[in-house]
This record gives sequence, C-alpha cells and structure tokens, in this order.
Amino acid sequence: MKQLSSSSETTTPVVDVVREQMLEAIKGSLGDALIDSHIKPDDDLWIRVRTDSWRTSVQKLRDVHSFDYFGFLSAIDWMPSPYGRGEDDPTEPAPERDMTIRSGYAGGDTRMQVFIRIVNSTTHFGLTVKVDVADSAPSIESLITIFAGANWHERETHEMFGIDFVGHNDLRNMYLPVDFEGHPLRKDFPLLARMVKPWPGIVDVEPLPGGDEPEPVEQDSKDGDA
Amino acid sequence: MTMLGDRQQLSYIASQAADARLNLELETEGMTLNIGPQHPATHGTLRIIARLDGEQVVWAEPACGYMHRGYEKLTEVRTFPQVTTLVNRIDWLGSFANEVPFILAAEKLMGVEAPTRAQYIRTILFELSRIANVSLFLGDLGVQLGAITPVFLAFRDREYVLNLIESATGGRFHPNFDRIGGLKDDLPAGWIDETRAVMKKLRNFCDQIEDLLFGNEIFQSRTRGIGVIPRDVALQYGLSGANLRASGVDWDLRRDQTLPMMWNKADWKVWTHPDGDSFARCWIRLQETRESTKIVDQLLGSIPSGPVMAKVPKIIKVPEGEAWVSTENPLGEMGYYVVSRGDLGPFRVKIRSASFNNISITPWLLRGVYVPDIVTILASLYFILGDIDR
Repeated sequence: MKQLSSSSETTTPVVDVVREQMLEAIKGSLGDALIDSHIKPDDDLWIRVRTDSWRTSVQKLRDVHSFDYFGFLSAIDWMPSPYGRGEDDPTEPAPERDMTIRSGYAGGDTRMQVFIRIVNSTTHFGLTVKVDVADSAPSIESLITIFAGANWHERETHEMFGIDFVGHNDLRNMYLPVDFEGHPLRKDFPLLARMVKPWPGIVDVEPLPGGDEPEPVEQDSKDGDA
Repeated sequence: MTMLGDRQQLSYIASQAADARLNLELETEGMTLNIGPQHPATHGTLRIIARLDGEQVVWAEPACGYMHRGYEKLTEVRTFPQVTTLVNRIDWLGSFANEVPFILAAEKLMGVEAPTRAQYIRTILFELSRIANVSLFLGDLGVQLGAITPVFLAFRDREYVLNLIESATGGRFHPNFDRIGGLKDDLPAGWIDETRAVMKKLRNFCDQIEDLLFGNEIFQSRTRGIGVIPRDVALQYGLSGANLRASGVDWDLRRDQTLPMMWNKADWKVWTHPDGDSFARCWIRLQETRESTKIVDQLLGSIPSGPVMAKVPKIIKVPEGEAWVSTENPLGEMGYYVVSRGDLGPFRVKIRSASFNNISITPWLLRGVYVPDIVTILASLYFILGDIDR
C-alpha cells in the first residue's frame, strides 16, 4: 500500500497515470456524451456528461468500465446564497453580494447540477459524474433501473432541490410533511432560524451578570503523555 | 446470482411466492402492520409499514424523517471548525468516527496534514468509537432476538471504552476533539496502559458474546438464511461496511484507500463471509470488534512523540475546490463531499451516511419474510436513526 508521507516533498508535477488512462478509456466509450473532465492527481476524477445522455452514460460506465458500486446521488445549487451565511445585522443595509454562478470541477452551464459517486468494486477506483440540469423545470432521467439504490437518493434530491426524475414513479417526500412548500437545499431557500432571530455572533461576547470582565482561562490541567 | 446455498434459494422462493400471490389475485384479506416509530428494534424513531398476508410480508417500507435535522443546510451557515459539532450527532454511538472524514476532507482542500502523533491518536480514537458502537450492537442484538443477558455485558464493557474516550477527549458521546490540522489535545497521562487493560476486557467480552450468542442454537436458527443479500444486489444498493462484507465483497476502506491515517501500520484482517444472511452480518461485526482491539493494541505501542497540531492559521479559510473523503465507520462507508468557495464555511456538504444506503434495501429485502424476521433483519442491518435522517 502506498504511504502518504509529508517528508518527501517533490516539486515535479504529479501525473496520475491511472486516472489519465481511465479518462481516456471513458472518453473512448462515451464519445461526445462526455463534455468535460477534471483530474486532481492522486486524488480524484470528475467527469461531466450531456444531460440527454445521462442514463446511457451511467449505464456504459457500469457495464463497460464496471463501476458497479453505487455510492450516492445528490445535487448542487451553484448559485451563491442571497442571504449569505445569515450573519448580517438586520439594522444595517444588506451588503453587496457577488451573485455570479460559478461551477466547480468539470465545469457546468446551469445553476443546478446532479452528481453521483460510483466505484469499481474490485479495483476500488471511484469517480464523480456530474450532469447539468435545466434551470426552468429541472428534470433528468432516473437511474433507478441501473442502480436500484438510486431510488431513495433521487427521492431525497427531489425533495431537497425540486429536481424531477423522469422514470421514477414514487417521488414522495422522505423527511418533510406532504404539504411542505419549497426545496430546502436550494440556495434561495432561507434558513428560517437565522431569519427570525439575528445571529448572536454579531454582538461581541456579552458581559457577565456581575459586570466583571471574564478571567482569562488557564490551559486545562490535563497532563500530556509525551 | 450464482452459487446460492440451500437457505438462500429457499429465501428467494419465499419472496417470489409472495409476489406471485399478489399477481394471481389469490391474496387473502391483508393487514397492515406498523412497527414503530417507537420500537426497541429501531434504535430511534423509524417506522416500518408492512403489508401482511397471513404471517408473510408482501410489501414493506420504512418511513423516515422523524429525526431529520437538516445538517446539510446547517453546514452552509457554519464555519469549517463548527461543522464537527453537527456531524458528531449523525451516528451518535461512534461520534468521533464521524468527525474524521470531514476533517480529512477540509485538510485535503487546505493541503495540510496532521502530525504523525495526531494521526496515530486519531486512528486509535476512531477504532475506540467503533468498539463502543459495535459492542452495543452485539448486546442489543441479543435483546431483539429474545436473549436478555448479552445487553448487560455489552453495557458494562462499553462503559470502559466510553470512560477512555471521555478521559482523552472530555466527552463521552460527542467528543468534538478533531481539529483541522490535528487534535485539540494530547492524551492524558496513564491513558495508554489503561487502554491496554480495557482492550483485554473487550476481547474477553467478544469471546463471551461468541459463546453466549453466536453459539446459541436459537440464535442461529433465527438468523441463518434470514434476509439474504446477494453480492450484486448489495453493490447496487451501495451497502457498505459489515453488510457488504457479509455478502462476500472483500472491501474495507481502511485497507483499500490511502488516507493520512495509521491503519496500515497495524497487522489486522478484513473478514468476509460468503452467506450474506443475518448471521453473517452479525458475525462479521463481532470479528471486526476483535480486529479493532488488535489495531488499538498495536498502535498504542508505536505512538511517536511530537506535536498533535500542525501549523494552521487561527481563522481557517479553506481554498476553493471540491473534495470527497470517506472512511470505514462503524456503520459502513461515511463520506463527505465538501465544496468550498474559499470562504470561512463550506459552500455545500453532501453527507453520505452509511445507514441511509443500508436501510434503502429493506423494501426489497423484507418482501416474503415472516413477521418475526423483520426484527432480525433490521437488527442485523444495523442502523442508527441519526445516520439515516441526518
């Protein structure tokens, strides 16, 4: 097994032969369905496939490249939150926020992306597959016939992001009440706890009831072993 | 689906018979049975809705959401160091193990690595939380199948491990001890000797459980051949941990991936079982607890001296990027997909918890089984509610 050691610092650019080769093989079998890819050497591989060939691409990855282990499926909303981190002072005017949508590794053209993690169960080689989802009426093919385990993950993603999975006929809510409105993990869904009460971190530490400054606390008295 | 044993085949025939009855309109007047939300077999509040035909389940589905806390949304308004407080509460029986993959993901994005001493202590605490978690499973397993004694043994011996975790971290259940770049503190004096003694007790506990429970004829007849998961189904549903290895998949993330942790410094074995039934899943967990005590014992002897914290800035800003780190937690593969925008807090965290995948197989698995086997199967799949609902 390979060891991670902090002492051997090499300055030569690392070429991840295994991942480059795997990417070439995937390029060969997916053809123009593969839009973009990203490799972090010795770490991970990301690919992005065309929306209309999402199902067939994942099927090929499973059948041709034996990525037979289903890790998870979820989505990302790349729009920065209009509420920031909910730490603004309500008495101040709202700060200017950079609302440009920037996608992550392997790029993207839409606000929302669905991504899955699949692994080859014999070589333990895993990759992340991303796909763009249209901004208006987001919808994508369901993977339920390829990976039975995608069932619950698609239900959860439908509930949290409002993405429709075509071919999945049981998209009931998993967590929230039936009549819940909105999709909580979308960035424009406010976190209500931060809306109804201002973030207590705005003010500095409150003074103690007695009015004294708190004593600086000494390092706790645990004795080190070494 | 080749190489099925007799018991596995019988289980298949039973589930197909259940299907056939539905299709042929031979269904007698069925009945719906609610198990939970408050049921001892559910480790929290999970509700199983089962449609019965006589004593046989024809359709079953777990209803989750009684404990949904929205951690993925909450991480977006927390700073990186604050997130560990949340993720501690996902799998509350092995809390320290939840912190590790998140911290590793943040460290990966920042390009920092914890000092070797911190990596050793992390690995030891990780395995201690596995022992605390799984030893409770082994005791609870007995209760759910009608044996009272094992749970007393389990609670007694788990206490020793919790005391160790408490004396090292200050918290019995939610240590919140892992920091980006290392650990909060060093080990207290005398901790290593104490841990050695406890590991001996825990191995003794494993022997007792093996005699009392796994050698028991009733236990065997209630678990063998019940809830068989074949290899390819296990992979499709993304089962992990002992559930996957019980279906004959030789895959342990501690061994099969490179992480700045110290599992590869110890000599231990990854156990697999070919049967895929409830007995196999429980048996694998028992063996894993033993292996964990071995890992702890070996690592204790070789902890190097040095600092437990790397040099990291006071205010932690994580550079832009995406990282996926998963570890072999007590319940299975627990991973975090962390997206950072160079900010104080993460932009998005996808929490991949083991129980969510492990329990998503139940609608498939419970079809065709008899009512008492529902409890056996749920117990053997082993889930923690906080780990399903997050």
